[in-house]
Amino acid sequence: MFGIIRTIWMTFLHLFHKNETVQYPEQKPYLSPRYRGRIVLTRDPSGEERCVACNLCAAACPVDCISLQKGERDGRWYPEFFQINFSRCIFCGFCEEACPTYAIQLTPDFEMAEYVRQNLVYEKEDLLISGPGKVPDYSFYNVSGLAIPGKGKGEAEHELAPVDTHSLMP
Amino acid sequence: MATIYIDGRAVEARNGENLLQACLEAGTDLPYFCWHPELGSVGACRQCAVKQFQNADDKRGRIVMACMTPATEGAIISVDDPEAKEFRGEVVEWLMTNHPHDCPVCEEGGECHLQDMTVMTGHRERRFKFDKRTHKNQDLGPLVKHEMNRCIACYRCVRFYRDYAGGEDLGVFAQHNNVYFGRYESGTLESTFSGNLVEVCPTGVFTDKPFSKVYSRKWDMRGAPSVCQHCSVGCNTILNERAGKVRRTLNRYNEDVNRYFLCDRGRYGNGFVNAPSRLRSAGYVMDGQMTPVPVAQALEQFAAFAKDGPIVGIGSGRASIESNYALRRFVGADNFSTGWAEPLHGAVTRAVDILRTTSARVMPLHEMESADCVLVLGEDVAATAPRLSLALFQTRRTACNKLADKNRLPHWLDAPVRTLGSDLKAPIHVVTPAPTDMDVSATQALRALPDDIARLGFAIANRIDGAAPAVSDLTEEETARATALADALLVAEKPVIVSGTQYASTALLDAAANIAAALVTQGKAAGLTLVLPEANSFGVATMGGLSLDAVCERAQAGQVGTLVVMEADLTRQLDASAFDTLVRSVRHLVVIDHSVTPTAERGELVVPATAFSECGGTMISMEGRAQRFLQVVYPEAPLQVSWRWVRDFAHASGHEGVLDWETLDQAVAATAAGVPAFARIVEAAPKADYELEGEHIRSQTHRVSGRTAIRANISVRDIPPPTSPDTPLKSDMEGTYTTDMPATLIPFYQVPGWNSVQSLNKFQQEIGGELRGGDVGVRVIGERGTAGYAGVAPARMALRENEVLLLPEYRAFGTGETSMWSDPIKARATEAVIRVGGDAPVARVSIQIGAEVFDVPAVNDPALPLGVALCPPHMVARSYEAPCWVTLRTISAEAAA
Repeated sequence: MFGIIRTIWMTFLHLFHKNETVQYPEQKPYLSPRYRGRIVLTRDPSGEERCVACNLCAAACPVDCISLQKGERDGRWYPEFFQINFSRCIFCGFCEEACPTYAIQLTPDFEMAEYVRQNLVYEKEDLLISGPGKVPDYSFYNVSGLAIPGKGKGEAEHELAPVDTHSLMP
Repeated sequence: MATIYIDGRAVEARNGENLLQACLEAGTDLPYFCWHPELGSVGACRQCAVKQFQNADDKRGRIVMACMTPATEGAIISVDDPEAKEFRGEVVEWLMTNHPHDCPVCEEGGECHLQDMTVMTGHRERRFKFDKRTHKNQDLGPLVKHEMNRCIACYRCVRFYRDYAGGEDLGVFAQHNNVYFGRYESGTLESTFSGNLVEVCPTGVFTDKPFSKVYSRKWDMRGAPSVCQHCSVGCNTILNERAGKVRRTLNRYNEDVNRYFLCDRGRYGNGFVNAPSRLRSAGYVMDGQMTPVPVAQALEQFAAFAKDGPIVGIGSGRASIESNYALRRFVGADNFSTGWAEPLHGAVTRAVDILRTTSARVMPLHEMESADCVLVLGEDVAATAPRLSLALFQTRRTACNKLADKNRLPHWLDAPVRTLGSDLKAPIHVVTPAPTDMDVSATQALRALPDDIARLGFAIANRIDGAAPAVSDLTEEETARATALADALLVAEKPVIVSGTQYASTALLDAAANIAAALVTQGKAAGLTLVLPEANSFGVATMGGLSLDAVCERAQAGQVGTLVVMEADLTRQLDASAFDTLVRSVRHLVVIDHSVTPTAERGELVVPATAFSECGGTMISMEGRAQRFLQVVYPEAPLQVSWRWVRDFAHASGHEGVLDWETLDQAVAATAAGVPAFARIVEAAPKADYELEGEHIRSQTHRVSGRTAIRANISVRDIPPPTSPDTPLKSDMEGTYTTDMPATLIPFYQVPGWNSVQSLNKFQQEIGGELRGGDVGVRVIGERGTAGYAGVAPARMALRENEVLLLPEYRAFGTGETSMWSDPIKARATEAVIRVGGDAPVARVSIQIGAEVFDVPAVNDPALPLGVALCPPHMVARSYEAPCWVTLRTISAEAAA
């Protein structure tokens, strides 16, 4: 009995509290840069796609909502298609953690609601942005051993010039 | 057996094996790189260090390399010893100092032995602060990709390529930290076994180039056990699929047949299942134009055809035994044809007859490796059955092992054993009309014309056992050759005779059979192997049927209403005019095939069959081994397996009750019941309701990704995983998967901590021995037959003045039917060139085969006698396959210019 009266009393007291309603969408809430919202694919400082289609994001995804296919152009790996089914995504950020090239990143944008579920399937064109996102300087091919146009063998960071196999020098 | 103690646990080790093998067989995880079960130990990588103690009182012990130390009785070792662990940790850290930061863009990533071993050793933090050495790559051709930076210098590649497979063009250059594994200069790897480098290399230096174009991580692909379709050896394979597309072919271990290695035709020849040449819908052809029709209409059409007279069916050596039997049952045994024209029909029928009744042992490949004398009689094995030639090449290693026994060296101690036998040739005697790839490694290579080889064979048999048919009017040279070869075979303990249907000569086959039978009478454990033209030739020939010539005769007599051709291309057997006459003289031509062949283009009604990756079935290899292949792709209608089309045709044309099969199991059971010789094929693999631990076996890994996204572009709605009544494997990731699964149901090799193909050792009872899951395939022939001698020696082959004897020159890449629809094999095949005997240089020849004249590039070959020419079958004249006399006009280099 006491409990009921107490509850009614506390509800009554709320009449005198400050209103907490936020006038969304006119009034936007603050979200930190590391908020886990809509997923994007970023580009490296030279403007090329960062994604190398290694499939680690897809493997890390607990709801299996990422699917992609590796393609290759001039020694660079890239995704021929990259699909995220956002109707399944739980925004856990595991894909971002798994990504070895900082290509896949989560952004502080959550306004993705759709009337048709099919529209929640994002293709590469929908995901790819034109900048490097949260990591401005990193370029995977500058540290990997693969040769790509403009960066030959032995030209990455911490690499010696290619071995001359005909040399007898130690 | 010796008892050894691993960390205080007593385990049984086989006599003569090394500690690494003993540890792996005992289930202990001990990292290694340079050791390979088939290549032995060289102690190059220092990764398998363990601590060995003198006796129970020895507390200090010493570090030894497990792969270089024999497992002797009472040996006490410790794998978990802190000092040994630290040693292994340091070794892997050294190996990793130069390894590039490449795993995300490496095809090996996720199934990499180096990744597995690094994790197993516990190395996770890089302390090396200096620069990495780098290498330039080479272009190694259309099959293998090269990325030398990743090399850890284990030497496995050259040991396989040079020592095991006899290749010459891959070597090791430079020294110490800079060693480089590659060719002298960029270029296609010449060996027919180069694809095995992909599986042999513990890291990503050699990767599968065609697979890289349709790449998918190992954990994302569905696997299924399959059987190679590109020759009669019957190698076991694993097919990998993702999103409805076959991605690659891997070796599947079969202790009796292919063991650890495949040939490149088998590994890269399966692209035809994805090729644009595939037939995807039923069609009605009018005036050369195919109009797709619904299945119901196609069946109605067939019912109308069936009223137009007797139906004749043509089976095929590339279709499963169930499909062939279905067709035979539908049309009746008298109206069923094997799909071979004479003389091939007679040769294959005779070959299978010999294999079923010979008193010699029809040996599996692995048994032949330990032969001490091999006689190859008129078959270019390196081209018609490449994996067999690799097995025969191992007879050299057997000879080395005998020397090792004399010097009391264990066989696995690779370097000294190899050095001991460095002067040895393989005990192989090749007698063929033309040079073969086996000549270099063989003890001797003799040249003779096909009939003369047969005469030689008869003479050898007669030398060995006087009761064998004699040969009249032998020349002195023939007698000398026969005596020498007979003597070589008689001093051997385990002689093996190899022949085949390449020259479509029954006399040659009889000669081979007679030699084997004669050796048996002398108490030898003789073996006999006959290479057949297609993967299931054994099955079709056992069932038997009309030759194509007989079908043509009947058709011309107007006795054929409808001709049903199943998975066969008649234009490869009949020349253009004979084929045209056949098509015109039958009232209706119905073709069931998975690809659009020239025969299908002439068909009136064409229906799409499944390729071997999309259905289950049984193939019977040249040693009479029935092996089941299972589907890895779940095809969409109207694609269905050929026997289902035959069944539907039967029902549509009012033959209910002839074929009422619903599932593969019923088809197998009916075939086994219908053909007594195939009674055992039901045992070839478990039935579709097979369950292990109360569940079906899964065909996907636990970590398959993208299940809710991969077809989201088509529809966001989830669909249930596909099912099929024909396979015991479940199509998805839910189900059981253990190392004790039946050997015929292994969909892929992976155990926790071992993601690469090296995890195979966990599936074996002992290293290089039987699989834990039991037998792979069943033999449908008995241990030994009772057949005596047969045949008569042909007359000596006389070359003609105005005509040239044209002999079929088979190629590992180029003369196969389905493999040539596969892009990598097409890229690997070289242009068709006619080789003409004699010393005079030739640029082109104009050659008349049948009624057609071909103008083809040519070269002269001094090793061939004048009046003989070699022509790759099916590459110049589509139908050309067996020796024939032709008119040939040479065009000299000047005239051609």
